[in-house]
Amino acid sequence: MTSAVVFKGVSRHFGSVRAVDNVDISIAEGEFFAMLGPSGSGKTTCLRLIAGFEQPTAGEISIFGQSAQGVPPYKRHVNTVFQDYALFPHLNVLDNVAYGLMISGVSKRDRHQAAEEALELVALTGYGARKPSELSGGQRQRVALARALVNKPKVLLLDEPLGALDLKLREQMQEELKALQRKLGITFVFVTHDQGEALSMADRVAVFNEGKIVQVGKPEDIYYRPEVPFVADFVGSSNVIPPHVTEKVTGTRATASVRPEAVKLGDSGLPATVRATSFLGTSTRVSLELEGVQMVALLAKGQNIPEVGEHTHVSWGEDDIHLMETADE
Amino acid sequence: MSDAILDTGRNGIMARISDTLWRNPRLTVLLLLAPPALWLGVVYLGSLFALLAQSFFSIDEFSGLIIYEFTLKTYAELFTPANFDIIVRTVMMASAVTIAAAIVSFPIAYYAARYARGKWKAIFYLGVMLPLWSSYLVKVYSWKLILAKEGILNWLFETLHLSWLLDAYLSIPIIGGNSLSVSWTGTFLVFLYVWLPFMILPIQAALERVPRSMLEASGDLGATPGQSFRFVLLPLALPGVIAGSIFTFSLTLGDYIIPQIVGSSRRFIGQAVYAYQGTAGNIPLAAAFAVVPIVIMGVYLWAAKRKGAFDAL
Repeated sequence: MTSAVVFKGVSRHFGSVRAVDNVDISIAEGEFFAMLGPSGSGKTTCLRLIAGFEQPTAGEISIFGQSAQGVPPYKRHVNTVFQDYALFPHLNVLDNVAYGLMISGVSKRDRHQAAEEALELVALTGYGARKPSELSGGQRQRVALARALVNKPKVLLLDEPLGALDLKLREQMQEELKALQRKLGITFVFVTHDQGEALSMADRVAVFNEGKIVQVGKPEDIYYRPEVPFVADFVGSSNVIPPHVTEKVTGTRATASVRPEAVKLGDSGLPATVRATSFLGTSTRVSLELEGVQMVALLAKGQNIPEVGEHTHVSWGEDDIHLMETADE
Repeated sequence: MSDAILDTGRNGIMARISDTLWRNPRLTVLLLLAPPALWLGVVYLGSLFALLAQSFFSIDEFSGLIIYEFTLKTYAELFTPANFDIIVRTVMMASAVTIAAAIVSFPIAYYAARYARGKWKAIFYLGVMLPLWSSYLVKVYSWKLILAKEGILNWLFETLHLSWLLDAYLSIPIIGGNSLSVSWTGTFLVFLYVWLPFMILPIQAALERVPRSMLEASGDLGATPGQSFRFVLLPLALPGVIAGSIFTFSLTLGDYIIPQIVGSSRRFIGQAVYAYQGTAGNIPLAAAFAVVPIVIMGVYLWAAKRKGAFDAL
């Protein structure tokens, strides 16, 4: 399997800020790869390093086996969908999409035809004559996508492309992007701070924190088997169980994680107090306090919902607790 | 004190005025617009039309009195070789000043919009605006001293043993002369200096609105920095360049002081207007001359609009 993008010990420092700190990644060809993390975790800087807008302070980046050292963005067959779309306001939709082809000297007729096809791909046939300012957010997003795809890039970089869309449109675009990626077979590198988006779309997810990758893996691994407390907490807010509690249940002294939906309330298990409940529609979220530790349980419809202040017991299945290696212990 | 939810008790004179204005937004707009509308409409446009009317009269060559009858004779006079030369000379000078100002301003404005932050931005504004604080005449006379034969520029060329270069330049017809201070090059330099802030500021404002991602997107799609400039940055900055050029172009077209102090004795439109309405007492011809810059600016803006210069607005 060819690697589309490889980072070897890549760092990017801005003064004393280590935006990206000694990162190793290997993204396979045709993969849908998500970079997930809170804002300021270095994921966008990594994307910009691949695009060529930033140069690494240390380390080496190669794209399809070629070193990208000192190669400017305009010499990389990599295209980006920007967070703010960055459509050219003085050009109409068709000329925006055809921009890359115009630059590479394709004749007007050919590039307009290719642009029409790209617009068809993103379901915007017939919108070519409009100005970007006349489009809705979702439509602009599609134009940005078409503009990046028309150059037939080897790698498509997407920087929080769905961030500005409302929930319904975002869900629809998630499915469309995934389908598009399968159809075209292009490597997608997708940056997001939304764990749901990363988990539902990507083949593999890299979780970033403070400039470092803390875990890389399939969505299920990230979700069910977090390796560090940060991942457990950030990705779908697992309960992080401190070592002294874990020891009581499993006999092993280690930090562990338990998914909220795996937490059971009843007469057996560790004693806990209900602090708050909130109805979420399909489930009810119950905040608990257990030996000074905050925990969250998600109770499905039909289960008994305790009152606030009630004393109860917390338990979970043996398979539901996941032990993590803890560097700080 | 009452605990009423609706505080209808506050009924002072100011409160009542505020209430009335709040209830009648149209009245508010009318009050806001009336003074400037009067100023622009009556005082400015009125005098402009009075000027326009004057230009359709003519002067009796023997008595020197104005004949108040409609005629195009005065406009025909504009096309006599001597007068037409003045127009061509002025338009050439205004064009040269505008083009040079745009070229000089762009990098300064680009730096200010893209890189200058905090303290450096303040220094930029100060640097651009500072020359505007001092008197225009003082600046022009300072330039006369700089450009004079005994001035610092000549001295610099002599010190560097480059006098031959300056002499060679000054021997070029039209743009040369006895010294820089009596040549059109001198006039051009002073115009350029005096109007430069009016070009820098609008370009900077236009560039300020171009997000960095726009240029990155262009580079990302394969455009070299030169192509990004040509196809993205310039079109987006064009409204600013046009706005700046309106200032530099029209200010140069109408100015009559700079060419009088620095430059050759050949006249520009402003000087012609000054001379005809003053000493010569030929108000119709002065008015006709004054109409020329208005027409030129109108044609210029119309052409700019047709070329799509304002598409990015």
